[in-house]
Amino acid sequence: MFDLSFSLLPPAIVDLLIEATKQTLYMVAASGLIGTLIGLPLGVFLATSRSGELFAAPWLNSVLGLVVNAARSTPFIILVVAIIPFTRLIAGTSIGTNAAIVPLTVAAAPFIARLIEGSIREVDQGLVEAARAMGASPLQIVRKVLLPEAMPSITLALTLAVVSLLGYSAMVGAVGGGGLGDLGIRFGYQRFMPDVMAAVVIVLILLVQGVQSLGDGIARRLDKRHRG
Amino acid sequence: MNTPLSPAAPDAASAAPVILFDKVEKTYGARRGATPVTALSDISLAVPEGAILGVIGRSGAGKSTLIRLVNGLEKPTSGRVVVDGVDITALDEKALRGARRSIGMIFQHFNLLARRTAYDNVALPLEIAGVPAREIKARVEPLLDLVGLADKRDRYPAELSGGQKQRVGIARALATRPRVLLSDEATSALDPETTQQILALLRKVNAELKLTVLLITHEMAVIKNVADQVAVIDGGRIVERGTTYEVFAHPRHSTTRTFLADLTSASLPPYVADRLKSEPEPGSEAVVRIVFTGDHATDPVLSRVSRLLSVDINIIQAQVDEIAGAPFGVIVVSVPGDAATLSAVTSAVARLNLSSEVLGYV
Repeated sequence: MFDLSFSLLPPAIVDLLIEATKQTLYMVAASGLIGTLIGLPLGVFLATSRSGELFAAPWLNSVLGLVVNAARSTPFIILVVAIIPFTRLIAGTSIGTNAAIVPLTVAAAPFIARLIEGSIREVDQGLVEAARAMGASPLQIVRKVLLPEAMPSITLALTLAVVSLLGYSAMVGAVGGGGLGDLGIRFGYQRFMPDVMAAVVIVLILLVQGVQSLGDGIARRLDKRHRG
Repeated sequence: MNTPLSPAAPDAASAAPVILFDKVEKTYGARRGATPVTALSDISLAVPEGAILGVIGRSGAGKSTLIRLVNGLEKPTSGRVVVDGVDITALDEKALRGARRSIGMIFQHFNLLARRTAYDNVALPLEIAGVPAREIKARVEPLLDLVGLADKRDRYPAELSGGQKQRVGIARALATRPRVLLSDEATSALDPETTQQILALLRKVNAELKLTVLLITHEMAVIKNVADQVAVIDGGRIVERGTTYEVFAHPRHSTTRTFLADLTSASLPPYVADRLKSEPEPGSEAVVRIVFTGDHATDPVLSRVSRLLSVDINIIQAQVDEIAGAPFGVIVVSVPGDAATLSAVTSAVARLNLSSEVLGYV
């Protein structure tokens, strides 16, 4: 299938497309992973720290909620530019694929945190009560009840986050981040090569489809709420 | 609320209570100027070792709060709750976790983990208590046997029926070998037949494991089938307390009577139940419920009253039941509804030491 469609493009462009796909996958994987490492505990905390909850800290919950909202309401392209000093601090440079991972992670972590919070809040409170009645500590409740029970929903949330990151990654071309979006703009748009644009769009569609199918499949296997 | 409370059950004194409520109050705090809500007031209640005590009340009567005080899921505003000699109300969160391991609990909606098999659900409290895997296996399998689910060990809750889920719930509650079992409306989501099976299982574990059981319910049928003692709760207070037999035979408080009436009127034939009115009309017949207890269960009471007063007594419904192992009969009759005849009948019945109650008029 790839040979058929790509043979319409000059070999040099095909190489660029493959390189750009690798860059996109690298940026999305790295920011998705780091974003999850930050977003997962943050999401669990947001879901369990209102007053009367397991780790009740209503004040901290409100503050973190505000920070998350602020990060999420900043348009991504503005976030990329606004945090350039921070990017330089972390990555040593503000240009290139590695540098692009920083704003992508900063955008992904609060998004993932909110999604995880939602997944955790879906877990029946009766299960938390049952675990408390067994003598479980708050950490045991998170480890043995909340995370395992929410896992199908968390899988779908992370799938959504990765799909969103694929979209965001197209914008980091603005700071020389490379990737498919960058290729599409520089060759497809600025050099009037509609066939390159079409190829970029097709590869992105295939990536999104692949990620979504994989996520759906895993979530379905994890979900034991159906009969037989 | 001027009906006298029954004194504490006589056997409460002989066996040390495993669960003791001592002048417990529970008030839910006033937030933003709202008036505080009193959920429980002046609750003193003892559950003797090995007993099955049923607390019955309407929703909102405070029974959920009451049962959650026992394992510290709720804290009383004042008063003490003592379980197996330990003052639960004085424990900090960490000590409370330890105490909870000797108090099992089962729930109306089972609260099983959907992503764990029956086996793994039963294993959960043991994992939480840090029991090694080898010992978990040795504990869980006999429990699945006990509740009759050995063949379902690898099934997920979604693959089990309601009754089977509650059996898993019971096995799970017993995993840490508790001395006390709390049952929070455990049969309310089940059909009548399954309810009977679950209640039979509760009686079995009560007898075999010498478990003290505190259960809450809104169904008198549950009390009748499983509890040897009953407390009736209304408006956050215990309004009646006694052995199940005593309370069924001689209910004192109006709330108790309403619960018992539910049990009886549910079984009245529809042609009577549908026409039942609360006030007499000229020429109407009174429907009277007469309760026969142990000593009089075999006396020819009706024919005696009928002959004595020259009154026609029509039997609408009769049943002899067993409550807490003793025979217990209920007869519903209709007699002429005029005040003079009715009071003559009821006082004649009272002279024979039987209790009667006018259910209505048809």
